[in-house]
Amino acid sequence: MHLHKYEKIWLIFGIGSLALFLVVLGFGAFWKGTHPQSHGATIDPENIEAHDAFQSENLGLTKVDEDKYIVNIAASAFNYDMGVDEDGNPVKKITIPKGSTVLFQITTKDVVHGFNVSGTNVNMMVEPGYISRMETVMKKPGEYTVVCNEYCGVGHHLMYATVEVTE
Amino acid sequence: MAIKKTMSIVHITPKQFPITKKEARLYMAFISVAFISLFIGGLMGLLQTLVRSGTITLPWGIDYYQVLTVHGVILALVLTTFFIIGFQFALMGKTVGISMKQRKAAWISFWVMLIGTMMTATMILLGKASVLYTFYAPLQAHPLFYIGLALVIVGSWVAGIVNFRQVYVWKRANPDEKSPLLAFMVTINMIMWIIASLGVAVAVLVQFIPWSLGYAETINVLVSRTLFWYFGHPLVYFWLLPAYMAWYAIIPKIIGGKIFSDSLARLSFILFLFFSIPVGFHHQLTEPGIDPVWKFIQVVLTFMVVIPSLMTAFSLFATFEITGRKKGFGGLFGWFRHLPWKDIRFLAPMLGMLAFIPGGAGGIINASHQMNAVVHNTMWVTGHFHLTVATTVMLTFFGVSYWLIPHLTGRKLTPTMNKLGIIQSIIWIVGMAIMSGSMHIQGLLGGPRRSSYSEYGGTEQAADWLGYQIAQAIGGTILFIGILLMVYIVIKLAFFAPTGKEAFPIAEEEADAKPTPKFMENWKLWIGITVLLILFAYTVPFIDIIQHSPPGSPPFDWPIGNQ
Ligand code: HEM
Ligand SMILES: [Cu+2]
Ligand SMILES: [Cu+2]
Repeated sequence: MHLHKYEKIWLIFGIGSLALFLVVLGFGAFWKGTHPQSHGATIDPENIEAHDAFQSENLGLTKVDEDKYIVNIAASAFNYDMGVDEDGNPVKKITIPKGSTVLFQITTKDVVHGFNVSGTNVNMMVEPGYISRMETVMKKPGEYTVVCNEYCGVGHHLMYATVEVTE
Repeated sequence: MAIKKTMSIVHITPKQFPITKKEARLYMAFISVAFISLFIGGLMGLLQTLVRSGTITLPWGIDYYQVLTVHGVILALVLTTFFIIGFQFALMGKTVGISMKQRKAAWISFWVMLIGTMMTATMILLGKASVLYTFYAPLQAHPLFYIGLALVIVGSWVAGIVNFRQVYVWKRANPDEKSPLLAFMVTINMIMWIIASLGVAVAVLVQFIPWSLGYAETINVLVSRTLFWYFGHPLVYFWLLPAYMAWYAIIPKIIGGKIFSDSLARLSFILFLFFSIPVGFHHQLTEPGIDPVWKFIQVVLTFMVVIPSLMTAFSLFATFEITGRKKGFGGLFGWFRHLPWKDIRFLAPMLGMLAFIPGGAGGIINASHQMNAVVHNTMWVTGHFHLTVATTVMLTFFGVSYWLIPHLTGRKLTPTMNKLGIIQSIIWIVGMAIMSGSMHIQGLLGGPRRSSYSEYGGTEQAADWLGYQIAQAIGGTILFIGILLMVYIVIKLAFFAPTGKEAFPIAEEEADAKPTPKFMENWKLWIGITVLLILFAYTVPFIDIIQHSPPGSPPFDWPIGNQ
């Protein structure tokens, strides 16, 4: 088969850039540990309380160390359950100091949901039977909208929460 | 030497088959369903943008997600499949011919697909299937929704088998010749389609239908999603390859040129076949329960389509340049200026091609393993596929319709219709630039896709998103005007344009073109490599998913408004 000279140059340049690009992706994934969220732990969706993290007293924000937090969330249509405050009202907003490391752990009791702290890379699918988890450092102060970004039913657009990062 | 010369002449002017009235009716049946779908789906799209901008609320208790299900199913699944199968049948009828038996079988495929579509549509309209076109478990639709979808797929398989038979019969009559380029391309596309849709067919027949009928109590959600996306990515190439057929083999004729290279065109289609299927994980990058190493492997396989894409881009622009220079237009860009911009049969697909430059670049971002988390399920993705399928593919299909419909109905594309077509294309590009552009930006700011109007508790971010949703409503309104105009043009061309003979443009090779190697038609080899790549990419992770399965999920119908 015949290849035009310019086409050879074009393809060599293109395939070369592609190889370089894939090396960068691979370096990030395998050496820098930036794989996308792929947590493998399973859970019974009809009995998520069997797992410590999703017992009602452990939902929401827990400080585990100086500058280290865990946020446990039980998703269901159309709500993120993050526990209750002192007055017994459901928590809808979580406040964390700037620069702290936060581990988000989330699972669902019913259908598939999404979990995106908008404007950050915390973006994961939440599927029945699995725990999704992702650790991040919240560097920029401000108010972040948490949205369910996978269709879960008629109230999908009403499934949200807020994360506030304070100075 | 002299003998060789005549041989090559035989090669460059392959016999073509006139399209009979009876055939034309078959092809037009498919194409009509496509344009009716365009109108209904476009209307839904307009409603979505209006609701999302806070302009209207839907009357009569209609739910936003019911409208969105209609939009996704009727545009992404019905319009595309019907147009493609009709167009491909026309290409086959023209290049290899169709027998009476084959035509009857083709009608069976049409009716099976249409009945399936009707069943699915009825359930969506009754509000029993607001599960969106991806129907992710454990949201549960009415069983007839899934049965209808299964019929659409089975109908399309019948069409594929008829296509294979057409090439086979032609080949038997012309044993020493290579199959016509367009017939080769249709064959590749249908092989890919059948191998890919087996995945979704298994999900629907083995998982969804028994579960929705109550014979199975639970469903394995991750397995169903994996089977869906095994099909979902090749689905987008199933849309794109017919557009490539028009670019490689029809556009050169319209601009008065020749095919750049028959062998390279075939090679690029073979590579698309290889690398369209073993890549579904790039839609599941942020999902739990899938090993990230296998996600990465499928990401690498995904990027292999860059190679045939670069080959395609080179071939197309080489054809443009060679043709322009032959006509005597010099200078660095003279050839570009003198392309037939005022011929709608060229302009519409060309604008589609140009839209594929940002569309393809966006696709590279989406598939980039880590970067995917920035855009996954945001409006960015919606912006992306309105550039690729709703602009590149759609404008190319419109471009084909301007000559194919009058060719089939025995009419002519008049200068007035040509001018209206030019206006239509410009409206489409302007509307889409506004709508898709603002979708891309809103997505980068974190705005979620598949979401009705919401203030998200009044956050500042949500207020920022709303501005872009208003821009989408403006773009969407312009686009809907474009759809009305297109439907008007199609009706004119099908029923009212003056009778005459409109050409079926099929490009030929250069007289001195190098012969195409025989191994290009080694179907067993190509299918074998395709299957091996699929087994390589899926066997280990799929077994892993099954071995580490959590308890299954019971059906949920109340979240979609069913009790
Ligand atoms: C008048 C023209 C159109 C308008 C105004 C429009 C508008 C929209 C909007 C606003 C959405 C996003 C809704 C959401 O995520 O909540 C959407 C989704 C979508 N559109 Fe369009 N669109 C148009 C034409 C098309 C065409 C021609 C196609 C395909 C051939 C198409 C395919 C899709 C698909 C597949 C979705 C995704 C549905 C889902 O997420 O389930 N659209 N469209
Ligand atoms: Cu949701
Ligand atoms: Cu894909």
